[in-house]
Amino acid sequence: MSPEIALNRAAGAAPADLLIRGAHLLDPRAGLDEPRDVLIRGGHIAELTLPDTLAPVAGVAELDGTGRHLFPAFVDPHVHLRTPGQEYKETLESGTAAAAAGGFCQVIAMPNTDPVVDEVSVLRSLVDAARRQARVPTGFLAAITVGLRGEVLTEMAALRDAGALGFTDDGKPVVSAGVLRKALQYQRLCGGVVALHEEDPALSGAGVMHEGAVSARLGLAGIPSLSESTMVARDAALARYEDARVHFQHLSCVESVEALAAARAAGARVSGETTPHHLTLTDELVRTLDSRFKMNPPLRSEEDRRALIEALRTGVIECIATDHAPHARHEKEVPFEQAPMGTIGLETAFPALFTELVMPGMLELEVVIERMTAGGALYGLPIPRIAPGEPANLVLVDLEASFEAGADGYVSRSANCCFHGRRLFGRVQLTVADGAVAFGREALSQQPLSVR
Amino acid sequence: MNHLISIEDLDRAAIERILDRAESFAEIAGREIKKVPALRGRTVVNLFYESSTRTSSSFELAAKRLSADVVSVRSTGSSVEKGESLRDTVQTLSAYEPAAIVIRSPHAGAARLLAGWTDASVVNAGDGKHEHPTQALLDVFTLRRRLGRLDGASIWIVGDVLHSRVARSNILAFQRMGAKVTVCGPPTLLPRGIEALGCAATPTLERLGEADVVYVLRMQRERMQEAFIPSLREYAERYQIGVGRLRTGQLLMHPGPVNRGVELSADAIDSPVSLIGEQVRAGVAVRMAVLYELLVGAAAPAVAA
Repeated sequence: MSPEIALNRAAGAAPADLLIRGAHLLDPRAGLDEPRDVLIRGGHIAELTLPDTLAPVAGVAELDGTGRHLFPAFVDPHVHLRTPGQEYKETLESGTAAAAAGGFCQVIAMPNTDPVVDEVSVLRSLVDAARRQARVPTGFLAAITVGLRGEVLTEMAALRDAGALGFTDDGKPVVSAGVLRKALQYQRLCGGVVALHEEDPALSGAGVMHEGAVSARLGLAGIPSLSESTMVARDAALARYEDARVHFQHLSCVESVEALAAARAAGARVSGETTPHHLTLTDELVRTLDSRFKMNPPLRSEEDRRALIEALRTGVIECIATDHAPHARHEKEVPFEQAPMGTIGLETAFPALFTELVMPGMLELEVVIERMTAGGALYGLPIPRIAPGEPANLVLVDLEASFEAGADGYVSRSANCCFHGRRLFGRVQLTVADGAVAFGREALSQQPLSVR
Repeated sequence: MNHLISIEDLDRAAIERILDRAESFAEIAGREIKKVPALRGRTVVNLFYESSTRTSSSFELAAKRLSADVVSVRSTGSSVEKGESLRDTVQTLSAYEPAAIVIRSPHAGAARLLAGWTDASVVNAGDGKHEHPTQALLDVFTLRRRLGRLDGASIWIVGDVLHSRVARSNILAFQRMGAKVTVCGPPTLLPRGIEALGCAATPTLERLGEADVVYVLRMQRERMQEAFIPSLREYAERYQIGVGRLRTGQLLMHPGPVNRGVELSADAIDSPVSLIGEQVRAGVAVRMAVLYELLVGAAAPAVAA
């Protein structure tokens, strides 16, 4: 099946005609790292030329990108759009608008909605709704098991035919190795990557944060790292035995990185993602008992954070996913133990990584760009590239512009952001997704841009 | 100081100032009229989301002896039972313009959240398994009276440390006063990483003789269902403190309520080395001093009663 069907294009978006002059292009895969003028015609990249060599084109808006950077737009393989069922937290429209504001040109939504995306009818209605409401192309994963209960497989083949990019019970682990094994066997029929939220509930129990010195101090029940890593090791062994394609979601700790590297070295077809918050924050922040810092998997130790950064650099972990998880204010304004797990992340992903990792010299900008654009490829989607003839998937960023996260509110319907109040550099100015302008910051509005 | 959320809010000088004031309040308790006008016309709200006997009654008595108007709200029989959120409850109670809100909650961080929502001074009367700072203060008060000073004393905290807010506040408070703390209990009930608080940890009572003070924690029977220990019988056999396990000169403490025959034997509870009764008596004076410190201020002269 073609990814174009599955990845439902943002509806009705007018193909852009736009000339961006003088921005510094950085596309590590295309070997681009220099100032260029970029001409977009009919939503496709028409020309890349040396600055100021292109004459104005009739009917094409111009944008001065001098002093700014132009990257291939980002892809987020892991967001919660809360639709259907929890539209008070997020909708297809608000979630994908937040994605566009964060520089993303594609997002992939998780199926732990209400009802769960475990039936063709639910998936079809979502795909239809996204066609009308989504600001950027949006793909969907379907559940591995009915109701995310970990017992009975969904109609995986029918769901694939209806456009599911892959399968996950995200939010919950597939506790039974026997059930997961059947899903991996069934993958031979229907295809589709099986993505896994790894957690052994017997070890994580009633835990609400990373188990360590901070949880001991606060008297909060801990989630040990090995509740994740032992499941990564188990499921990597299953993947290898069944020669299945498995993706590990939101990896958070050094032990998981080691298990993933070992499995891959042994020949397992496995991949992994990690999140901006696990790459930049640690459990020390939980000392505040601020529920913004409560997520699953939890923020872990500095040692874990360093291991994740290194794994990203070496490619053991190949992509960054936000795990954008909106919750309403009244749900999060409760004592830490009672608060739901999750942080929003689409609008702060790049600025947080740039500010906390690139600026201090812990990770190269090129690596961040590569890992932030790789998340769709694992589900069979094309990687955004800056090259003539390609659909325009671009993000214009001002690396020197800073802002206080959340000071002007969020585009997302929810405000539970773990970076709230931080001064972040690397502000997104413009996002072109699948050839259409999906986001333009106010400063650009004097330009004759049509922003949907 | 506006709030008392954690022992971390107090340095040694602040602890000593509060305890000195508690001494003068304790003296008032010996009078026929046990009341001073310090908080006359001011309101103290006690908000208890968990059952409590000694903490709630001693806070109530403390506020009354300072002449405050006292409102006590318990989760049962109140709008909390009808599903009102903590924030909404606090906003409602704030309409009475209380000078202080005393909160007991089953959840860590509840007192700190409250402090962000109200103009009143907030006193943490126990939040989840996190902290119980006034218990720690009254324990230090009791020990200071007996020992003069805690500097260099070896204090063993024995039992279910994992689920104990008292243990966390007391480790911090005892250390702040110069004592050396060792926690001891079944390995399943000692939190991983507890040594980061500066205490030693051991799974056996073998070296209990080193202790000057043996502080025994309540063993919560409900923990049995979660299988943290194989049986109360085995627990009692290994960890119960009886007179036979104490050497001469050791002092015995317990925050109450006691499970007789589980963590403590009956002979120990009633023995002369037990400070349990003194701990309870200290509760009112120390909580008076805490309310006074927050509402009248550190700068005020020692109580002119």
